[in-house]
Amino acid sequence: MDVLGMDTLDIARWQFGITTVYHFLMVPLTIGLGILVAVMHTMWVRTDKPEWLRMTRFWGRIYLINFVLGVATGLVQEFQFGLAWSEYSRFVGDVFGSLLALEALLAFFLESTFLGLWIFGWGRIPKKVHLAALWAAVIGSIVSAYFIIAANSWMQHPVGVTVGEDGRPVHTDFLAVLTNNTALAAFSHAVVAALMVAGALLVGIGLWHLRKRKLAGRSPEDVDHAVWRRSVRLGGWVSLAAFALTALTGDWQGKLMYEQQPLKMSSAEALCETEAPASFSIFAFGKFGSNECDDVHSITVPYILSYLAHGDFSTAVPGVNELQEEYAAVYGETYPDDPSFGAKAGEPIDYAPVLAVTYWNFRLMIGMGGLSAAVAAYALWSTRRGRVPTSRIGVYGSLLAVGAPFVANASGWIFTEMGRQPFVVHPNPDVPVEDQVWFFTAQAVSPGISAAEVWTSLITLTVVYGVLAVVELWLIGRFVRAGVTSGDGHATPGFTPEPPDDEDDGAPRRDDDVLQFAY
Amino acid sequence: MDLQTLWFAAVAVLWTGFLLLEGFDFGVAALLPVLGRKPADRHVMLRSIGPLWDGNEVWLITAVGAVFAAFPGWYATWLPALYLPFVLVLFGLIIRAVAFEWRHSHHTEPWDATWTRIITAGSLIAALGIGAALGATTLGLPIDADGTRVGGAFAGLSWAALLGAVAVLGFSLVHGALFLALKVDGDVRLRARAFALRWSPVAALPLLAWAGITHLRYGTPITGALWLVAALAVVVAWTRIRLDREGSAFAAWAVLLVASAATIFGAAYPVVVPSTVDVAFDVTVADASVSDYTLMIMTWAAGIGLPVVLGYQTWTYWVFRKRLTAEPVQEEPAEVVPA
Repeated sequence: MDVLGMDTLDIARWQFGITTVYHFLMVPLTIGLGILVAVMHTMWVRTDKPEWLRMTRFWGRIYLINFVLGVATGLVQEFQFGLAWSEYSRFVGDVFGSLLALEALLAFFLESTFLGLWIFGWGRIPKKVHLAALWAAVIGSIVSAYFIIAANSWMQHPVGVTVGEDGRPVHTDFLAVLTNNTALAAFSHAVVAALMVAGALLVGIGLWHLRKRKLAGRSPEDVDHAVWRRSVRLGGWVSLAAFALTALTGDWQGKLMYEQQPLKMSSAEALCETEAPASFSIFAFGKFGSNECDDVHSITVPYILSYLAHGDFSTAVPGVNELQEEYAAVYGETYPDDPSFGAKAGEPIDYAPVLAVTYWNFRLMIGMGGLSAAVAAYALWSTRRGRVPTSRIGVYGSLLAVGAPFVANASGWIFTEMGRQPFVVHPNPDVPVEDQVWFFTAQAVSPGISAAEVWTSLITLTVVYGVLAVVELWLIGRFVRAGVTSGDGHATPGFTPEPPDDEDDGAPRRDDDVLQFAY
Repeated sequence: MDLQTLWFAAVAVLWTGFLLLEGFDFGVAALLPVLGRKPADRHVMLRSIGPLWDGNEVWLITAVGAVFAAFPGWYATWLPALYLPFVLVLFGLIIRAVAFEWRHSHHTEPWDATWTRIITAGSLIAALGIGAALGATTLGLPIDADGTRVGGAFAGLSWAALLGAVAVLGFSLVHGALFLALKVDGDVRLRARAFALRWSPVAALPLLAWAGITHLRYGTPITGALWLVAALAVVVAWTRIRLDREGSAFAAWAVLLVASAATIFGAAYPVVVPSTVDVAFDVTVADASVSDYTLMIMTWAAGIGLPVVLGYQTWTYWVFRKRLTAEPVQEEPAEVVPA
């Protein structure tokens, strides 16, 4: 079956891309918001101020609605390496599987068990133990990020292995895999990027509520005002700090990438010919479609790329054309004429990733990150010394910009994953060629499955994911509009519940629900 | 015992642990329309598994992760051979997971009823699918010399897969009923007890058949003895239910699973995927395994990590040990109220 000109390999790649990018919409929110909710909960336990409790429960609710979708879509990840990528799984088995198993054993159990305790533990366990349960769950999320990024980074930069008799990597140094410099850089970059996602959410929703309350003439003295104000301030500062850290960690990662995967980085710059000093491309035009570097033209700033790649203003940065020749000389002009390469057997290898994808996703990542930081700065400025902004553009713009760091996260991953093509395991240039392991994406797909099967799963999962996205957004939107009181007002006697907000659709509030938070 | 055998045993323990734990939440979810006549009944049934299901599900992730980590040749043969059934399992697990959390995020009757039905449907699909996968990997899949499935998308769905599916579902239904009898009070408890009494002898049959066939095909005297233990456990469980001894009935039913799983995995060893095409194509522990170095690292990690996990999971069960009633509970605690 050859629908849309795609064979099993192409469909399986789309499936991996769609399911993974989708999963990674939930992941940064889980990590980032988890940390911030744990901070709020800690502040409540320490200060006993009611706004921190309300913040914990409001943001905690959103955290949970999102968390469960992350868990559900994460299940697919654990299975799909085997389902659609069995040859990849066989090839990397000695290293990759152990990292997934350790992630489950050391992180997922921690995360799920203690989150259950936190959700259902209100009042059942001592206050400080209850707080510790949330921290344990959050640490579980972070540990899980570490293991999965270590696994991914091993594909980007395989270390700690030798070449076995059958050409497969043989694990020799587990510590080297765990301390892979690619993993350390990518992990720190991903965690601060996750904080940007959470920060933007706090800012966007907090500003919107503050403005609405001010226009409705509500008192800035009550607890709810403090809830939104603190949310904006916390979110704003976290966003700004996290943005600075993404720049630092991104620079670290970029410099590593220039050594480890120079073609990815030259493609990200549409740098065709080697330059010394090299210029940074601001904007490119021309025929990306042909994927011929020379058809693409850039507006550039001199010297900057040499600095980004090597930390000085003079060192040469190799171009796409030259690198392609180098790769072809070492790793072959054509795919081996072997059935395991499917339709690609004997075909010439294009070592340049899809230029349009790498070039534009790289810029989208940086641009959206920068936009998010600008919004955070606006939020902090406009709420300085107790002010509340009423600008429609400013506030609704900030609300819209909640999406920016999600896009930045997704495009960053698309960039780094697409940028390593045509390899699924990219050779590590730090070691001599005879000690390198590498694996082409073309040979990774499961040989026994048909295109029809992968179409079936791709369509099923995409439709289910689409429906779930609609429900999740509707639930979060509804919950956000209802504000703090509807979320937990009844559960915290001692507060005077506010009248429902205008947008609240007047849904019945069930007092028999123990927490509403949970069951 | 060499490391490969140790890890085969570890994988068997993880799958057993998964079925033992997730089995009851599958069962409770599947029994929602049967035992939960009123919304309050269903509410208390869901609350009984609410804090536990996600932790239980991690046993599945860990079991699959351990198969990949220790025996990539098993993982890479088994999963694609049952591509569509596994996708169906994922579908069931996904809709069930979100339903648990989203059901109570909005309060209208149709909303509640819809997500409750989705929890039941997703749990049924997942229980049947996982049972099918386990049945097939112990009794045979149509694979060639390279471990590649032959015969098309549905070739893996043999009688063995169907037996495994029914066995896991049957076990889970009674396991869930006994869990409810132990965990809740009121009408649901009585109905759960009656259900277990009535159906346990029948529900155990497919599991005993699966274990029995595996034993007859590859077994040793030890697996034969284990099978007898499993059969005896059913008798004990049934008599304990009759005497209204919920705790020991639950324990005996758990012995049924542990002894059956020990029979099945013990008899199948060292084959992890038997080929129905030619016994020469069987995938064995030795064919599928990673290097001893990797197994050693995993052994250290599991040796330290697993007891810790068991410790805190046990503690969670202890924290939530209280029997639940169908009446709306106003136990919003004093601690949550700021002074």
